[in-house]
Amino acid sequence: MSTSRLDRFGQAFLVLTIGFAILVPILTLAVPKDSAFAMPPYLVALLGKYVCYAILALALDLVWGYCGILSLGHGAFFALGGYAMGMYLMRQIGTRGVYANPLLPDFMVFLNWHELPVPWWGFNSFAYAGLMVVLVPGLLAFAFGWFAFRSRVTGVYLSIITQALTYALKLAFFRNDFGFGGNNGLTDFKDVIGFNVQSDETRATLFSISVLTLALAFVVGKAIVSSKYGKALIAVRDAESRVRFLGYRVENYKLFVWVVSAVIAGIAGALYVPQVGIINPSEFDPANSIEAVIWVAVGGRGTLVGAALGALVVNFAKTYFTGAFPEYWLFGLGGLFVLVTLFLPKGILGLALTRRAPQAPLTPETPASTKARAQEAAQ
Amino acid sequence: MFVRLLAILAFVCCATLARADLLDDTLAKFLEDKFPQTAAAVAELAAGGSPSAAPILEALGDNRLLIDPVGHILVYRATSGEVINARTGEKLTGVDASGFKKVRVNNPLRSAIAAALGALTLANPEPSKRVAAADAVFKSRDSKALKAVEAALAKETDPRAAEALRQARAAILALDASAPTVDRVAAIETLKARGDEDAQGLIDEVAAKTDSPEIKAAAAAALASIKTRLAIWNVVQNLVYGVSASSVLLLAAIGLAITFGVMGVINMAHGEMVMLGAYATFVVQSLLPPSLYQWSLAIALPLAFLVAGAVGVLIERLIIRFLYGRPLETLLATWGVSLILQQTVRTIFGANNKEVTAPDFMSGSVQWGGLSITAGRLWIVALAILVFVALQFVLRATSFGLRMRAVTQNRRMASSMGISTGRIDMLAFGLGSGIAGIAGVALSQIDNVSPNLGQGYIIDSFMVVVLGGVGNLWGTLLGALTLGLANKLLEPVIGAVLGKILLLVFIILFIQKRPRGLFALKGRAVEA
Repeated sequence: MSTSRLDRFGQAFLVLTIGFAILVPILTLAVPKDSAFAMPPYLVALLGKYVCYAILALALDLVWGYCGILSLGHGAFFALGGYAMGMYLMRQIGTRGVYANPLLPDFMVFLNWHELPVPWWGFNSFAYAGLMVVLVPGLLAFAFGWFAFRSRVTGVYLSIITQALTYALKLAFFRNDFGFGGNNGLTDFKDVIGFNVQSDETRATLFSISVLTLALAFVVGKAIVSSKYGKALIAVRDAESRVRFLGYRVENYKLFVWVVSAVIAGIAGALYVPQVGIINPSEFDPANSIEAVIWVAVGGRGTLVGAALGALVVNFAKTYFTGAFPEYWLFGLGGLFVLVTLFLPKGILGLALTRRAPQAPLTPETPASTKARAQEAAQ
Repeated sequence: MFVRLLAILAFVCCATLARADLLDDTLAKFLEDKFPQTAAAVAELAAGGSPSAAPILEALGDNRLLIDPVGHILVYRATSGEVINARTGEKLTGVDASGFKKVRVNNPLRSAIAAALGALTLANPEPSKRVAAADAVFKSRDSKALKAVEAALAKETDPRAAEALRQARAAILALDASAPTVDRVAAIETLKARGDEDAQGLIDEVAAKTDSPEIKAAAAAALASIKTRLAIWNVVQNLVYGVSASSVLLLAAIGLAITFGVMGVINMAHGEMVMLGAYATFVVQSLLPPSLYQWSLAIALPLAFLVAGAVGVLIERLIIRFLYGRPLETLLATWGVSLILQQTVRTIFGANNKEVTAPDFMSGSVQWGGLSITAGRLWIVALAILVFVALQFVLRATSFGLRMRAVTQNRRMASSMGISTGRIDMLAFGLGSGIAGIAGVALSQIDNVSPNLGQGYIIDSFMVVVLGGVGNLWGTLLGALTLGLANKLLEPVIGAVLGKILLLVFIILFIQKRPRGLFALKGRAVEA
């Protein structure tokens, strides 16, 4: 596998993201509406949504592709970041809500509450909300990971309890008395730091910020995985016990990347909410988290660029298919899960990397070497 | 002799005539169609005990008692639609009843009618009908029925009916302010012995209405006793619900435990196997002629096993065996399969819920003390036990079971001993999936049969397997019982959703202490 080639993909990715961050606002704001190059505002919002998904996929690739932790609950960190941002946006509505209560969001007035619950304190400040976007998913991931990795919960068991985590949160957030809008979630936002969330300018800006965040997440992720620490991480993925016997504290390695990944997912959620205009408990659905895993698998895990690419490709396909053949989308998605795991274990990017790699001298593969490779892949 | 016979005959005739005259008088009161007169007529009908009284009262209660404004006679429309003369009981043909006036009733009258009907059916030859009638009197507490109850009690031979009558009598007496205090206290004792919520409500009422300290004391003592009793039964009822929920969990999870144990892969499409079993039940029911309807479940059980088992084998042969040694990828691929299966069923059968009805022997409920259990739930518990025992048998007493346990414990060693692990994988996957199909037959009786059926059970089943571990089926049983009972015992205290969240948190913490579940396989491998 040619690492330099992957680096070249990474450079192209960075150039592309920065290009998009500049180009899209120009196309939607500066180009006249009737021009062929003009970008309709709905498309900007849609692309912004995909970019947030791409950030989530990148975060997932960091733990799955480089550390072998298959999280089926990353949607929970994404949604928690989203809720933190949603709470800020709710407080910004102020007296413009249906009940015009200056302090309480509409759903609290509706539930006949008279005081702002403690978890909502401080969310009128953007800085505080921003801090929570990072802290809440980060602390949850720290607590969860600290317990799980210390007691050496690995493999399928770990995947299942991450799924239980997001399922439990989903049930909790569905409750009205949990205090986060229950079934309906948080919606009907007006302003973000004084700018109207609905306006074209805000949307274009949010898009640019999302794309730049994606680029930043990529740079951070790349820095982590190519550092000395990253090498140890990959070693944990491939042979955890061996690394432990060599004297490394495996749980600390895992915990660090796990928390970083959760924080990135939380930031993705926070960017997602103002662009989509709603956050509700269905974001915690275990199915969403598994879908995010398939984005990474399609793009190619352990590449970072591939994860982001996979998120974009699968979601474009989803938008197209659910519009054109709504009946068959689940067949397509299900088939994707099966085909990618069976025939494309390295994803699209892996395919591109191996195809373009210079022809290696042909050596007859013995069954033993095939098996050894399969066992390596297993771990 | 002849004279005596004649005399008796004459007496009987006279009595009948006299009664017939009484009935005429009574029915005449209905013709006036005024509430006080109607009430008096109802009371007379109840006291008279004429065989035609019951249908007339029933008709009155259902607004089917009519007055012919021209001929000035009382008729009622039978439930079959025929018009019948109330006086003679003869069918009237060629009468258009649409112009007839209804005899009006109000709410006090309706309860009087119910009580009167209760008193009338106290004489029914069927003991179960008499019990029902006595219960009706108990609920109505109509003091007018007291005489009828006492008369019936004197004649009663059936112990259950006698008990019901005694309770009905007690209900009337306890509330009767004119009855002697001793009788009322005795009545409260009888009610205490009954000890259900109805008795509790009644004694509450008695205590509130009376001034007598003796009665108040007796009522307070009886209430305390009933409350304890009800609380105990309540706990028992929750335990029974818990066992019932556990049996459902066990059925859904045990197949998963087998496949996870043998192959170390989580089958995310397991819930869809359950769903296929439920749809197999639906298909069997819609194809069977009504005469074979009672046998639908007996046919559906093996069919569901075969269908789900075959799909399982197919999944194993086409997908899972190529992912051997990559459990996380298997998880993703089977998730894809689950999406495809859901959409396939949705395309074939539609997204709506399908109705699967229970055969007669599974409907209704069983009463035992303060417990009420639906028969369907009992059958599911029985099925779960049966499946568990059968699986234990397969695992412990057949050569296939032996091979399967060998592969579970040490795959490579088993392979070296000449066991074809690929074959065992295939059969184990088929077995696990087939059992999921059987679970689907059971679930079709208590849940909506829809393409999303399996989704509701998959996470719970995982939790059972994670809790129980894969070393032993007893672990699965223990896991299912723990989760089912804890869920149902927490439900009344903190609510269903919060209880579930608490249990999920508990499992996340539990897995820290015992990462391989309650019954883990013991081995020396570093990476189990």
